[in-house]
Amino acid sequence: MSGERLLTIDNLSVTFGGLHALRDLNFHVDEGEIVSVIGPNGAGKTTFFNMISGMVTPTSGDIIFKGESLLGLDPNQVTARGIARTFQNVRLFANMTILENVMVAQHCRTKQGVMGSLFNTAAFKREEAEIREYGEKVLGFFGSRLVGYRLHQPASVLSYANRRRLEIARSMATKPQVVLLDEPVAGMNPKESEELTGLIGKLRSEWGFTIVMIEHDMGVVRDVSDRVVVLDHGETIAQGTYEEVSTNPLVIEAYLGRPAEEAS
Amino acid sequence: MSDTMNDSMVARSVADQDWRKLASYGTITAFALIFIALSNMPVALDDFDLIADRFSLGDLSLYWLLFVVGLVVGKEVVLEGMAIHAKGARDTVAGAIAGIVGGAGLSLLIILINNFELRDPLVNWSPQTLDKLSVGGSTGSGVLLWLVIGGVLGALGGSMHVLPSRIRQLVTMSAMVVLLVAILETVLSDISESIGLEPLADVIYAKRGGLTIIGVLIIAASAAVYAWWGHSSVKDAKQRFQALEGPERARGNFIAFAIVGVLTLVLPMLVGGIVNELLANVGLFVLLALGLNIVVGLAGILDLGYVAFFAVGGYTTAILTSANRGDSWPDWVPQTGWFVALLIVVLFAAITGLFIGAPVIRMRGDYLAIVTLGFGEIIRLLFLSDWLGGYTGGAQGVTNIRGVNIFGLATVRGTDPQAVFYLVAVFCVLAIYVSWRLEHSRVGRAWMAIREDESVAEAMGINTVNTKLMAFVVGAVLASFSGAIFAAKVGSVFPTSFIILVSIVILVVVIVGGMGNIAGVIAGAVVLIGVLGGPRQPGLLQEFSNFKLLIYGALLIWMMLKRPEGLIPNVRRTRELHQEEFLQDAWLKGEIDTGDEPGDRGEAAPA
Repeated sequence: MSGERLLTIDNLSVTFGGLHALRDLNFHVDEGEIVSVIGPNGAGKTTFFNMISGMVTPTSGDIIFKGESLLGLDPNQVTARGIARTFQNVRLFANMTILENVMVAQHCRTKQGVMGSLFNTAAFKREEAEIREYGEKVLGFFGSRLVGYRLHQPASVLSYANRRRLEIARSMATKPQVVLLDEPVAGMNPKESEELTGLIGKLRSEWGFTIVMIEHDMGVVRDVSDRVVVLDHGETIAQGTYEEVSTNPLVIEAYLGRPAEEAS
Repeated sequence: MSDTMNDSMVARSVADQDWRKLASYGTITAFALIFIALSNMPVALDDFDLIADRFSLGDLSLYWLLFVVGLVVGKEVVLEGMAIHAKGARDTVAGAIAGIVGGAGLSLLIILINNFELRDPLVNWSPQTLDKLSVGGSTGSGVLLWLVIGGVLGALGGSMHVLPSRIRQLVTMSAMVVLLVAILETVLSDISESIGLEPLADVIYAKRGGLTIIGVLIIAASAAVYAWWGHSSVKDAKQRFQALEGPERARGNFIAFAIVGVLTLVLPMLVGGIVNELLANVGLFVLLALGLNIVVGLAGILDLGYVAFFAVGGYTTAILTSANRGDSWPDWVPQTGWFVALLIVVLFAAITGLFIGAPVIRMRGDYLAIVTLGFGEIIRLLFLSDWLGGYTGGAQGVTNIRGVNIFGLATVRGTDPQAVFYLVAVFCVLAIYVSWRLEHSRVGRAWMAIREDESVAEAMGINTVNTKLMAFVVGAVLASFSGAIFAAKVGSVFPTSFIILVSIVILVVVIVGGMGNIAGVIAGAVVLIGVLGGPRQPGLLQEFSNFKLLIYGALLIWMMLKRPEGLIPNVRRTRELHQEEFLQDAWLKGEIDTGDEPGDRGEAAPA
């Protein structure tokens, strides 16, 4: 199922003052994989995403994407290379319309500047039409929820689940190769998360994205992941298929704690 | 509507007052009135007659608060499920009490002034103020008089609530229109003179300024007629216009735009030199405000040093086009034409924008504002310095700047403010076009995204540094146009023309007018610069020049509290500032989605 190696993370560490948020992390994703990153709260999962997307600079180690290091790149450059992300605490452009949210995400794939828009050139019009069309296509991925009369409503009127969907749509609009989903089903009801699980599968099968996902909902993790990586205290404590990981004593210990007699 | 709700209304007795509210509002009014009196406003504004020989702007400055406090204490927030109180004598009495407390402030001031030597610390105090306050009479009668005036005006304010809403609207409309016609005297009498309505103007306006009594009656009556019959149909038309969508809306907008355009073209021909001068100043500030609107309103970069680009435009034009010969400053006199200079101005402004922007743009929020403030001053000090003194003339500035020679057809210079206005108008149209095109383009969307959430915008692939720099440069170029016209209009530039106050005033224009809205920005410039006056330019109410900043400040505070989105707001910004109300409205209209079952809206997901 997996193709060639896409993203390699090599001995990555990050410290905030004296705190080791991540320590000597090794990780890789192959093309077409769906990898879940799990771990208890504070394990460093979101820091791990922030580092890949360039929002946090690692203290040591290297991130290699398609044979090139991503170290020292700004978040927008990382996105331009083909890594898009969503945020754990949904961060939409709340006062922009739903369509504008996905249109603006295509910024790094388009190039019309001030002059094009001032003179309303043919190239400008063509590009606008393309941006719009692709934006609607991406929104259409979630059925009729985000399209139609919704297109021109501000993102702030959306329900919680729809905001999460729009965030995924926005990351898809950047035309990425790898999508980093930070707790995509958090706060959704079981029915909604089941539906989204199906869509995550389609993201790979229909859109060809490789997916790295942070998730707490083990049902979702079990259903879609090819591979699961478990983080605790900034270190990888286990990785493998869901079945391997879920029976790993270290993982159980990280989540549930050690039995009392052993701890003493 | 009030008739149908009578059943649920509870009448309250006259003695059933909210004493704490009355005391606090009364005291605030008292302090405000003392402040107004001590600022010498009543005397300084006395020369501007609203009603000839009877009522001046100075009088208004003392009386209006007493009326307003009566109006405010009678106001009540209607809460759902709570008893609605019938309006009646109680509200009139409440207004009167608050008014008396307010008026007592001035009585107290009169007593204090008479018994203690307060003249030293109160520099603006003058004997005329005391005369004005005691209304010609003795101290004792003055003290008593203010209690009475306070009571009467407060009672009037309070009894506004007793009137049926239709009558109240009528009274308010008449009063407002009379005030407006009185304030716009210069403009209106100029216009009536040009279109042959001079006899009418002679009836309405007295010779030495101010409305005549007959004039007041005519205007009030016609305003009342309008309020009674015409108002609702105008309102309907407005609603119909707002309900339009798609191409019809676009056509409506186009027609509105064309009407405004034609009026703008015709107006300068109808008015005299003074008003044309005002219009030219307004135009310069509209241009500046439109530029700042791109930077602050669209991209969300709070630039407090915007005057820097105005200065660069002004000085570059001045140095390039000045006709001063070598014997006086400056040393270097290329004497190019204005349009040639303009090309260099654009280049220079863009370079300055990049130069200032590059270090500043990496900062965010308050830090950015403070640093831009610093750069604004640095540019001015550079022009003042010895280092550039050979070119800029230091404190003496550059003089003898030639006007704008339009291909040998006409020369635009300060002595012909009408021509200056048309020149400015052309550039304003350009600025409006630029703002409008950019707002709905890839770049404009990126600016909006940055304003909403910079880190996310960056994570979504927007190069925030370049994009923000672009906003900075576009804003800089627009400001430099204004500077170039300013230099040609005034004929000389000095470092003092580009003080920090200019930045502040432009920002106030943008905020008061409505950040992010082109029409709002223009309205803001007309109201603030046209009526009150710019930092160094007199407005329609020249008497205000000493109190301009005070009024700017008061207006800004009031705006922030009551209408933070500005006079003519931008839809998006209103949404941002009134998020909760907006969501409530959307929910009421059923536009918000609550239930979220898969496929809730019919069709299944496309394959």
